[in-house]
Amino acid sequence: MNQVHESNSARTTGFRVLLYSILGMVALTAFLPIIYMVGFSTGVADPTAPFGQGGAGETVGRTIENYQAVLTDENTDMPLYLRNTLIIAILGVGGTVISSAFVAYGFSRVRWRGRGVAFMTMLATMMIPFPVVMVPLFVMFREVGWIGTFAPLWVPAWFGNAFSIFLLRQFFMTIPRELDDAARIDGCGHLRNFFYIILPLSKPALLVVALLHFMFVWNDFLGPLVFLTHRDQFTLALGLQLYLSKLGQTPWNLLMAATAIMTAPVLLLFFIAQRTFVEGISTAGTKG
Amino acid sequence: MKHDSLGTGLLWIGPWLLGFGIFTVLPVSLAIYYGFTDYTLLESPIPVGTQNYERMLNDEILGTVLWNTAIFGVLSIVFGSILSIALAALLSKPARFQSFWRAAVFAPSVLPLVAIAVIFKLGYDPDPEVGLANQMIDWFTFGAFQGPNWFGSGFWAMTALLLMSLWSVGPAVVIYLAGLRDVPKQLHEAASIDGVGPVGRFFHVVLPMISPVILFNVIIGVINAAQVFAVPLIMTGGGPERSTYFHSMYVYDQAFKFGDMGYASALGVLQFAIILTLTGLILLAGRKLVYYRGA
Repeated sequence: MNQVHESNSARTTGFRVLLYSILGMVALTAFLPIIYMVGFSTGVADPTAPFGQGGAGETVGRTIENYQAVLTDENTDMPLYLRNTLIIAILGVGGTVISSAFVAYGFSRVRWRGRGVAFMTMLATMMIPFPVVMVPLFVMFREVGWIGTFAPLWVPAWFGNAFSIFLLRQFFMTIPRELDDAARIDGCGHLRNFFYIILPLSKPALLVVALLHFMFVWNDFLGPLVFLTHRDQFTLALGLQLYLSKLGQTPWNLLMAATAIMTAPVLLLFFIAQRTFVEGISTAGTKG
Repeated sequence: MKHDSLGTGLLWIGPWLLGFGIFTVLPVSLAIYYGFTDYTLLESPIPVGTQNYERMLNDEILGTVLWNTAIFGVLSIVFGSILSIALAALLSKPARFQSFWRAAVFAPSVLPLVAIAVIFKLGYDPDPEVGLANQMIDWFTFGAFQGPNWFGSGFWAMTALLLMSLWSVGPAVVIYLAGLRDVPKQLHEAASIDGVGPVGRFFHVVLPMISPVILFNVIIGVINAAQVFAVPLIMTGGGPERSTYFHSMYVYDQAFKFGDMGYASALGVLQFAIILTLTGLILLAGRKLVYYRGA
């Protein structure tokens, strides 16, 4: 990575101290919501605080019992919401990765007339806001009896996702063409070239696509809100909102514990795959 | 290099093409059609001509949501861009633990919107013993100022939403970082030799060089801002007095609260038209303002 090198005069101790204090403050500010959430979720609510306020306010000790309380709370069913979210995420991630990789190959390695136009059209679809298609999709899914099932939330993923296709195509373009040419001379068709040359070389990009879709499903709120009807099918995002709506009966400590339970997996995933993730996003942003 | 047949190409992009037809072309066409009908789901759509669009002209709530969405969009894009460019400039300085600092700035952006909305809802609690925002105002001013009742007035509710939108600049920062990395070092050096200071270099070298990236981020910002939904719904429910009621929330309510699928579709089409127009205008302005190295 080539950094901008400051001239030696600027590299004084003073400059370093200033730089690290700013960096430290920025990082602290960025983590502030997470610290606040963890703090609240591990607090023992003051039993004398008015319950109508959600029992917030002064905490009188630290505990992890709030987490156990959330998982067994009758007002919510976090383990079920977690299971539902995971089912939708796994089905969707599989579909997005397979179909997007396939289509991205068609947009990068297969040469055909009209490819440019089709690719531009695909990019343009990213501008379509969900509220436009929300009503027609609801009507269509109702027509086939999918409202109140997980299908509307994962079946479309099997038809490729414009952003994922774009990202993978950008990545495929960086793979030297000599590799395919050699494979072709050896008698490899597109299908074998795709499976034996391109896919094995694209593992990091495929991982980014999988991660992005997983996070999309984990975060998606409007989709489940429109297409799911019964509480038993709720995802974590809907479950958390439902829990919040019972604020009168739910102390803030428990609500924050529920939020932490929802947040921890994505944060963990992000820190594990941080490098891959950040590189994937910057590829998409600059090489367009 | 041998060309493949059209059939081969279409076969490879087949999954997307099929999905494009089913999940994009069909619903967008249906939305345009429903927009010209009275449709309540209980019976088939009844064509009513341009009635839904005429209704928009006298719809005061629509005026409010468009205004709110525009204000939120403009301010969040302006403040978000300034912050993310500043953060990218900061993070591009050589420092120890660089990947940690970058990850820290990005981390809040991976938090689920619902989760972050719940956290901030508590954080904006007016009681300084509960709400972090007012607690901090209390600390930093040594108790001289009392924090506002954030969700009590339209001004503060909008301010609260704008402030919290700054926690999701992560992806933009990463994209700006990549843009800064691509600024040729020779330009910096040449400007330094000519006696241009760091501030001058930033405005006359760096900004023009990253202007295509700014354009890209602004367009993404417009598309996202036009669709803001989950956070205000959870934090304020659109209130007080519809001061944080946004376009997507209105479309949702018309469709699924009032069951007016026709009007909701027309509102959706309006949103799409606005996004298309704005993107077009920004690209047009970009032709004059953006510097493309290749061109």
